[in-house]
Amino acid sequence: MASFVDWIVGWVDWFVTWTFWDSYTGQGTIIVAQVLAVLAPLLLAVAYLTYAERKVIGAMQLRKGPNVVGWFGLLQPIADAAKLLFKETILPAGANRVIFVAAPMVTFILAMIGWAVIPFGEGLVLSDLNVGILYLFAISSLGVYGVIMSGWASNSKYPFLGALRSAAQMVSYEVSMGFVIITVLICVGSLNLTDIVMAQKTVWFCVPLLPMFVIFFISTLAETNRSPFDLPEGESEIVAGFFLEYSSMTFALFFLGEYASMLLMGAMTSILFLGGWLPPIDIAPFNWIPGPIWFFGKIAACMFVFLWVRATFPRYRYDQLMRLGWKVFLPFSLLWVVLTAGFLFAFDLVPNR
Amino acid sequence: MAEAQIKPLTLNFGPQHPAAHGVLRLVLEMDGEVIERADPHIGLLHRGTEKLIEYKTYLQAVPYFDRLDYTAPMVQVHPFVLAIEKLMGIAVPKRAQYIRVLYSEITRLMNHILNVTAFAIDVGAMTPLLWGFEQREKLLEFYERVSGARMHAAYFRPGGVHQDLPAGLLEDIGRFCKSFPKVIDDIETLLTDNRIFRQRTVDIGVVGAEEAFDLGFSGPMLRASGVAWDLRRAQSYECYDELDFQIPVGKNGDCFDRYMVRMAEMRQSVKIIEQCIERMPEGPVLVPNHKVTPPKRGEMKRSMEALIQHFKLYTEGFHVPPGETYTAIEAPKGEIGVYLVSDGTNRPYRCKIRTPAFVHLSAMDRLCRGHMLADSVAIMGALDIVFGEVDR
Repeated sequence: MASFVDWIVGWVDWFVTWTFWDSYTGQGTIIVAQVLAVLAPLLLAVAYLTYAERKVIGAMQLRKGPNVVGWFGLLQPIADAAKLLFKETILPAGANRVIFVAAPMVTFILAMIGWAVIPFGEGLVLSDLNVGILYLFAISSLGVYGVIMSGWASNSKYPFLGALRSAAQMVSYEVSMGFVIITVLICVGSLNLTDIVMAQKTVWFCVPLLPMFVIFFISTLAETNRSPFDLPEGESEIVAGFFLEYSSMTFALFFLGEYASMLLMGAMTSILFLGGWLPPIDIAPFNWIPGPIWFFGKIAACMFVFLWVRATFPRYRYDQLMRLGWKVFLPFSLLWVVLTAGFLFAFDLVPNR
Repeated sequence: MAEAQIKPLTLNFGPQHPAAHGVLRLVLEMDGEVIERADPHIGLLHRGTEKLIEYKTYLQAVPYFDRLDYTAPMVQVHPFVLAIEKLMGIAVPKRAQYIRVLYSEITRLMNHILNVTAFAIDVGAMTPLLWGFEQREKLLEFYERVSGARMHAAYFRPGGVHQDLPAGLLEDIGRFCKSFPKVIDDIETLLTDNRIFRQRTVDIGVVGAEEAFDLGFSGPMLRASGVAWDLRRAQSYECYDELDFQIPVGKNGDCFDRYMVRMAEMRQSVKIIEQCIERMPEGPVLVPNHKVTPPKRGEMKRSMEALIQHFKLYTEGFHVPPGETYTAIEAPKGEIGVYLVSDGTNRPYRCKIRTPAFVHLSAMDRLCRGHMLADSVAIMGALDIVFGEVDR
């Protein structure tokens, strides 16, 4: 028995200290494995977010939601994915083929690469960039390209209108989102996401910066084209908006991208305002639970509110949405930036001085 | 330099569009998101109902009316049977009148549930629809219990109603009336005071009282503009004059008022149904004149005359004395009227149907002009259009 354990330990030891890991190929293998370790659970989470959406909204609407495929309908997302895979990809005759096919890829890839800088726990991060938040902000802003490309390349009126709306909407809400992020940054004094989380050890930012938290959350709804800001795909007006002409896997990529960016926004909200992987209070039963589970729980809570909002609210009209973004959120967040900065300066609380 | 001519964007809204409420093709000329002209194209659901009726006996024509407005079937039959009864000079038994009123109001509930919640989904709120449909299904069950069919009941017949109410039905309807106002309250919590809902509906598609007359509005569309005109009160038919109910009116004539009027009408309908249940008289549900109404099944086994009457009634049908009449009732969507011309034979010479949705739809251009694309959907939702009755 002892010799067997020794044998195992010997192999593990050899595996860990293998010189292959120091070569370029070995380093590359490690990186790919890390990427897969993030993406595989992420895609699974996206699949079950669609399931959760249908179940939660179903419960709110006094119906059952998916309950046929698998136990409690748990295999429904898999069935949906398989169905979409086997469908025909239709390329409209008037479409610009290259851009038409590239657009869903752009959306999907952008939704995925944002996760590179998200810390799931202390040190549990793919790439600990010191400008992590800027990277994240840039990636989420690029998301609008996928939408515009699809709307334009479809060469159809409804997608075109949807793309225009979406472009205007995402750009407008990014401005106030930017100010919200600045408020957090001047409280932290770092652009690194891990630092931002660690700065919330004493109190989560959603408490002192509550109005900013609300604005940020609403902006994420707009940023991800979710109800009540789902105008780009407003079903009753422009049918499905920018992805009207898409089918099969191209459609699935949009869908995956959209839900992955919802999760990304949830992750951003929890990192900026809900203390990332930190437990609410650093005392016994709470800090037994590992950080990544707290983080997952916080994202799940954000997602639940996303779904709750969708089941409750009607949709804004285009001009009302713009008014809210530019005339309410922007001045308010600007004012709050000034207030926060002034407060920190006056009481000499500015970090990194 | 010559001034550049900018051609407006022409948007083909429908005929297959999730918010077109059927098969409306709306050609919109848009300046960006603003509608410059709305041109409804109709006729995609034209089935030639009026012409078909000319080739059917009076009794055979009855089911066509169920299929006009398939969201509110029974009330469509009502003006037709009333017109026949008027031409033939038949007085319907009291119990039949009460049953007709009971089912007219159940139908009104059905229609308004569907309209209000579909309107909500048009402006983006999807939950009320699901809540409403559960209640609507209960009402459809009442249809089924009384006529055997969930929707196309063909229950109102010349001379009364086809069958008497089955045992226990009135109690169940009463129980429904107890629980239903709670559902209206729930739907109101989601919509009435919701900021976004108000922003989407208040001051959208405003029509003043005077203009509403000019456009030929009726029903909730007219009442939302502040005119207390309801055929149930203005030219009472059946037993409406014996019942106590109120006519809700709006103030501004916008989409929000139309919604509010319908919500209030639902509460009034519940009140009327409760009164009908309370006062439901005993007695026959068909006039005993077997030239018009079929004899009892048991009688046919014993009496030769009954058998002959039954055979004649279901082959040749009854003859209506020559004459003409315009008979209108208050359908949930507005005034539905039948202009019936009889030449004394067993078939109508002409049967013109006046449906409210057709008139309301023709105001679409007036209502949409200058509003945004999303508003056209809200306006259409509040118009309460069903294409079965627009195209006929």
